[in-house]
Amino acid sequence: MSHHIVHVKNLQHTYPDETVALRDVSFLIHHGESVGIIGANGAGKSTLLLHLNGYLSATSGEIIIGDDQLSKETLPEIRRTVGMVFQDPEDQLFMPTVYDDVAFGPLNLGLDPDEVETRVMEALQRVEAVELRNKPPYHLSGGEKKRVAIATVLSMLPEILVLDEPTNGLDPQARRQLIALLQAFHHTRIVTSHDLDMVLELCERTIVLHEGKVMADGPTLDIFNNEELLKTCRLEKPFAMQACPVCSPDKRPLVSQPPLVPPHSNKPHDHEH
Amino acid sequence: MLAIDGSFLDFKQLDLLALRQTPVHRLDSRAKVLTTLCFTICVVSFDRYQISAMLPFLIYPAVLMAIGDLPFGYIMRKIVIVIPFALMIGLFNPIFDRQVLMQIGSLDIWGGWISCISILVRAILTASAAIILVAITGFPAICEALEKLKMPQTFAVQLLFLYRYIFVLTDEGVRTARARQLRTFGKRGLGIRHFGSLVGHLLLRTWERAERIHMAMLARGFAGEVHSTRRQSHFGRAELLFMSGWISLFILLRLYNAPQLLGGLFTGTLP
Ligand SMILES: Nc1ncnc2c1ncn2[C@@H]1O[C@H](COP(=O)(O)OP(=O)(O)O)[C@@H](O)[C@H]1O
Ligand SMILES: [Mg+2]
Repeated sequence: MSHHIVHVKNLQHTYPDETVALRDVSFLIHHGESVGIIGANGAGKSTLLLHLNGYLSATSGEIIIGDDQLSKETLPEIRRTVGMVFQDPEDQLFMPTVYDDVAFGPLNLGLDPDEVETRVMEALQRVEAVELRNKPPYHLSGGEKKRVAIATVLSMLPEILVLDEPTNGLDPQARRQLIALLQAFHHTRIVTSHDLDMVLELCERTIVLHEGKVMADGPTLDIFNNEELLKTCRLEKPFAMQACPVCSPDKRPLVSQPPLVPPHSNKPHDHEH
Repeated sequence: MLAIDGSFLDFKQLDLLALRQTPVHRLDSRAKVLTTLCFTICVVSFDRYQISAMLPFLIYPAVLMAIGDLPFGYIMRKIVIVIPFALMIGLFNPIFDRQVLMQIGSLDIWGGWISCISILVRAILTASAAIILVAITGFPAICEALEKLKMPQTFAVQLLFLYRYIFVLTDEGVRTARARQLRTFGKRGLGIRHFGSLVGHLLLRTWERAERIHMAMLARGFAGEVHSTRRQSHFGRAELLFMSGWISLFILLRLYNAPQLLGGLFTGTLP
């Protein structure tokens, strides 16, 4: 696996109840890219992600991860390569303690106990959750759960990180911390969201899904400046790019260059000027 | 409604207690499981009219609660839950068993009353031992101990999932009940018909969640076997001492009726 590419070709998915969730979806993601997949509720984002690690199988079309086409034989390797962080961390944390949960994947890989220990501690350090290791996951706060859920995937040393609506349900500070965390990763990243401000900070490229179809695929800024496109897809321009109603009541667009959001600030901008 | 929330949180508390670090928490879980098992066998095997000889067995939960630094009130509240169940079984006895076993003044005491109380004492003793075992060991460690004691692995995994499933179920239950509460504006309920659909809804939601959890397990290479992290815990001198000490005490207390002997000592009528 020299190039950790994700290649989706003409992917089509119809649920058993005849809902067509994906229609002819194609894209190619290169090694190290950070891609946002945006779309309103029900656009098909989660359905798409569940194909990437083979949980759902395509009605038609194909998926290539690295050098392997997704199939029964390549499934175990692909599941290790593609680290999937689910939308609701409650679903991802099922072991009695945080430590056990992070160790679950490495133990399934059949690693020896010392190696497991090292990986668990490294993963927990990465997400700043070492001190949580002996707690039962259901006693954690929302932000902590999310970080631990990411650690459970990191401990498998994936090359590709896939996150489904990672900032959903987090308070501003936990959200901020998570974004900073994800910015530090060098994995290929695929993030779905309708938190466009997060996508703006995290992803240089964006794919827009609408009713199961790819509506656009290109540099994030171009897409977010295309108001018509966003409108048809039931999305809204990120706050960081909107004219601020307090300091520019004439609704003049304020930003057309990359938004100047310092990594530690919580708000698009403060009213000091 | 608050009651559901409350007792649910209470339940999680039991799990938190197991994280404490006291001498009894640190013991290998196998020693605690086996000792509890022995305790239960001794208590349950008493004659049906026996009461006094069982009372000294209270020393085991009392001592563990003290060393394990467990909150007395909380453990008591958990034990009290079993009393109605024990009474449900025990209260039939006075109906069927009217043999007069003793008289207090002119009052005849039927065998049925005595055996009913005996059942109650038994239930309280075994429930307290079991709850304290979970509070000083933790459920997952108990499963692990059972597995090390040669219980089939699939069974241990099932037990563990059952435990996790209880949390899932209560979680969904709390949410559903809350949603319903908000929409009934505090009235007592919508009647049995709606209760049925509520339960159906709850099962469906629990099923969906269980499915998503399974999905997350598959995503991390799950293939039907939960591997343990095998923390360093071994069966050493402390464990041997704990087990042999308690078990010999249980056997002594089982064979000799301590309160009677003690009473005899004072009145000089040793049997
Ligand atoms: N298990 C399922 N069975 C049938 N239809 C489903 C199922 N899961 C999702 N869908 C439908 O597929 C479409 C896409 O859903 P989803 O991928 O969850 O969207 P998103 O994650 O973008 O909100 C929706 O119309 C949804 O109702
Ligand atoms: Mg979704």
